[in-house]
Amino acid sequence: MLDKELVQHVAHLSKLEFDEADLEKFTLQLDEIIQMENELTAVDTTNVRPTTHIARQESTFRADEPQKGPSRTELLSNVPEQADGFIKVPSILTTEED
Amino acid sequence: MNFETTIGLEVHVELKTKSKMYSPSPVSYGAAPNTMTNVIDFGFPGVLPTLNKNAYRLGIMVALALNAEVEHHTHFDRKNYFYPDNPKAYQITQKEKPLAHDGWVEIEVNGQHKKIGIEEMHVEEDAGKNTHATDGYSYVDLNRQGTPLIEIVSKPDITSPEEAHAYLERLRQIIQFTGASDVKMEEGSMRVDTNISIRPIGSDKLGQKVELKNLNSFKHVLNGLAYEQKRQADILRAGGSIGQETRRYDEATGSTILMRVKEGADDYRYFPEPDLPDYHITSEWIEQISHEIPEMPDKRRQRYIKELGIPEYDAGVLTDTKEMSDFFDQTVALNADPKQVSNWLMVNVNAYLNENNLDLEQTKLTPQNLAMMINLVKDGTISSKIAKKVFAETIANGTDPKAWVEQKGMVQQSDPAVLEPIINQILDDNEQSIIDFKNGKDRAFGFLVGQIMKQTRGKANPKVVNQLLTAEINKR
Amino acid sequence: MNYFDETITSLHQKLVTKQISNAELAQATLDNIDKTNDTINSFISVNTSIGQEPAFEIAADQPLQGIPLAIKDNILTKDLKTTAASKMLANFRPIYEATVVDRALRAGMVNIGKTNLDEFAMGSSTETSYFGATKNPWNLNKVPGGSSGGSAAAVASGQVIAALGTDTGGSVRQPASFNGVFGIKPTYGRVSRWGVIAFSSSLDQVGILSRHVVDSAQILEAISGYDKHDDTTSTQEVPAFSKIKADVKGLRVAVPEEFMGYGVDPKVKEQVQKAINTLQQQGAVVESVQLPHAQYAVQVYYIIASSEASSNLQRYDGIRYGYRADDVHNLEDVYIKSRSEGFGDEVKRRIMLGSFALSAGYFDAYFNKAAQVRTLIIEDFKKIFADYDLVVGPTAPTTAFDLNSRIDDPVVMYMNDILTIPANLAGLPAASVPVGLADNMPVGLQLIAPPFAEQTIFNAAQVLENESNFLQMQPKMGGQK
Ligand SMILES: [Mg+2]
Ligand SMILES: [Zn+2]
Repeated sequence: MLDKELVQHVAHLSKLEFDEADLEKFTLQLDEIIQMENELTAVDTTNVRPTTHIARQESTFRADEPQKGPSRTELLSNVPEQADGFIKVPSILTTEED
Repeated sequence: MNFETTIGLEVHVELKTKSKMYSPSPVSYGAAPNTMTNVIDFGFPGVLPTLNKNAYRLGIMVALALNAEVEHHTHFDRKNYFYPDNPKAYQITQKEKPLAHDGWVEIEVNGQHKKIGIEEMHVEEDAGKNTHATDGYSYVDLNRQGTPLIEIVSKPDITSPEEAHAYLERLRQIIQFTGASDVKMEEGSMRVDTNISIRPIGSDKLGQKVELKNLNSFKHVLNGLAYEQKRQADILRAGGSIGQETRRYDEATGSTILMRVKEGADDYRYFPEPDLPDYHITSEWIEQISHEIPEMPDKRRQRYIKELGIPEYDAGVLTDTKEMSDFFDQTVALNADPKQVSNWLMVNVNAYLNENNLDLEQTKLTPQNLAMMINLVKDGTISSKIAKKVFAETIANGTDPKAWVEQKGMVQQSDPAVLEPIINQILDDNEQSIIDFKNGKDRAFGFLVGQIMKQTRGKANPKVVNQLLTAEINKR
Repeated sequence: MNYFDETITSLHQKLVTKQISNAELAQATLDNIDKTNDTINSFISVNTSIGQEPAFEIAADQPLQGIPLAIKDNILTKDLKTTAASKMLANFRPIYEATVVDRALRAGMVNIGKTNLDEFAMGSSTETSYFGATKNPWNLNKVPGGSSGGSAAAVASGQVIAALGTDTGGSVRQPASFNGVFGIKPTYGRVSRWGVIAFSSSLDQVGILSRHVVDSAQILEAISGYDKHDDTTSTQEVPAFSKIKADVKGLRVAVPEEFMGYGVDPKVKEQVQKAINTLQQQGAVVESVQLPHAQYAVQVYYIIASSEASSNLQRYDGIRYGYRADDVHNLEDVYIKSRSEGFGDEVKRRIMLGSFALSAGYFDAYFNKAAQVRTLIIEDFKKIFADYDLVVGPTAPTTAFDLNSRIDDPVVMYMNDILTIPANLAGLPAASVPVGLADNMPVGLQLIAPPFAEQTIFNAAQVLENESNFLQMQPKMGGQK
């Protein structure tokens, strides 16, 4: 069920790219994993609610009290490219937007 | 061929909190880039969100004011997409169990009342700001990242640009009255995305939706939708078809311009946010918040009309903004005559605001000073002519009216013990005028008043002078 | 310093009575690491500056003061490089401290260095590390397990007395089992995840590895409890875990039939059965039970963990920190090239699987289905814990496997975690305690308790530590006098 086209689509969503050889390999491996996952169809889950949260505590809130973070210098210390306190990044390449 | 229009509005409103939605960073405008941020706003490895209670509370308040049903069991969801102003590459929002659903507001267009449904509203976080420069780079400032938002999604009940405009006015007004947001388009605390489709009248299938962006004022919404409505009708009449596209409103030409053609729906890979627990919103909390909501504009208007005797039109103007309405209430609470307060606000204050292009809160006028001034006129301390001078002074400089008129010697003389000797002196000096008056020459009375005013350098209270003068003449 | 003869308590005695200073202890630990790290590659970075710290008075009531602790390199240490064993973060210097580190340091512990792991903790063998595989101190041709393989090997080889790990699907317990040490993953919500590089948010939990059960208990006591930075932490009171009662009399112990199946190696089963018999001899009531949905644990896990991971790892985009590709001309290049060059294959596989499971058209069949079966697994456990205090079985179906033997076969690799994953899916506390050898490699017994019943695990594990005499055995690397 998993073909290269679908793998390419998922790679696009994930912002990843693969060369032809890797695409081949990943398609095969992912297909094998998905085959394994398809075993779940054997389980009857009619009216079973999904578990997406495992914390045993409900409704924890934070009080609305502002706190200053670390200095900007610290926050920017790992940034590959910056200027005047801004994070710098090559522009999106597009003809669609102004 | 005639068409009917369906308009959908997604309105984002910034909630007025001190700290951000999921991080304790301060919410602050105009600060140097990336100074109102922390490791959470930067999406550092290992950071976790925590939910701002006040943001959720304000969200509930807005929901209640918009007649919506608040969800009791809720959780948050992640909306995944890459963009430089979205540091985690996901937005924490509510998809599956939004904060509230099925609300409505009532609008009035051309004298027709109509209820516009609200599908749902949810809280989420704002993105940072990504500025495209001409040097081929974008510059990212994360100060706005994480600012609490409420997104309000309308039902497909809106059928004209005018209704859309009225709906937005109404939303703005109601939300402003809750105090949950400043709701200012020009400052970005209220943002509007729209979609519009048309279909032949009677058709049971909605037409192809076109999304419309870059609407920076209610006027742009009105004009943009009107343009788009006509553009689509022209295409269909000419036998063409509408594309699935996003267009932007161009202010200069008043037209809409194609931004991008959409191929299928975006895939945001929504799933429940595992870093935040499930939330149980108790009925007690909702009840408590419902008592914290300030009085809404409709109720206030009715109260002004019924309890304070304010004319309907005036009551409408006074409740247009919360600022004005609060000012009115506060002034009246200081024992000023409601009709006088209303007159001063409707006429003099509004004229001043228009002339100087100011909001009420930007002036130095206080309810205390306005009430004091009105009561100075009422008790005869100053004349209404002097009051105009006092008003100009107190709205510009915040001066205390009573102290000022005393200091400037503008207080009226109303004491009979002071006025009677002066009146008698004038009568003694002008016996002919008494005779003339008694012979029916009303002008003689005016002459005598003029003499008295002259003698007191205009400070005598005309009302008191009239009474005393009549009495004294009658004695003679 | 030879950690084979020590516990935290014995070291504390020596520190208080000044038989050794904290500075000497730190230096001795650095020397341990220096001697063997080239061979086993358990550390990615070592905190050498700690050796220059001055000696100070150790307080008698501060049992952890001056005790060196190794920290898995996906746990943030302020100003000390934290890499998640990825090229993506090879030069990342955190500007804040993980809560667990903060609490350990406040208790007086010393961060001695950062241990190796599978890239972003995704793996069961510590072979996917950008910094090379860690070797098993018992047999250098074998994997140490994973993903906390560096922490387990560091403890097993006697480089350190204890180490922090993380456990998302067995990443503390399986390496503990492969290296013959104790390892515990507490209840989900017992320990803060603030500053722990997220892999799968609803499964991740910090754990501890040590040779002695009591040492883990002592450290867990120090790092546990509610954290205002983590809304999923519990406000449950933290017991004095180190007050262990080595007693299982009357303890009701369940052995799921399924746990003894699933391709469990007969020699592993033999050692596990021996340990179960020991518990019985010491007064526990042992009965066989069923955990019918556990057979789907791996399938459920790989969907949920990968889905959450695909989202959690989107922040690595080359913009605010981490690897940025050189040859970039536009934003899309920054994203695609930085991520494609910065992540290794196993990480990419999981991101791809997760993105697929969440994508339009597949969400219901994969993510939602897995989340439903997760509910069934949780309910299975609930039923068992209505009648029992503890669930036991093997930690892993086999002993440590050969290096490079499974790395290209993801499905076979994934199946190795089938016994440890259920506890993560249900958020239950679970541990592995060494109970014997099979083919000269250690075998661990897994102990799973109801939520927040870590004490039951410590008590039972202490009985096994006492009865098995496993600590007398020493691996090839380390322990030699
Ligand atoms: Mg959802
Ligand atoms: Zn939104």
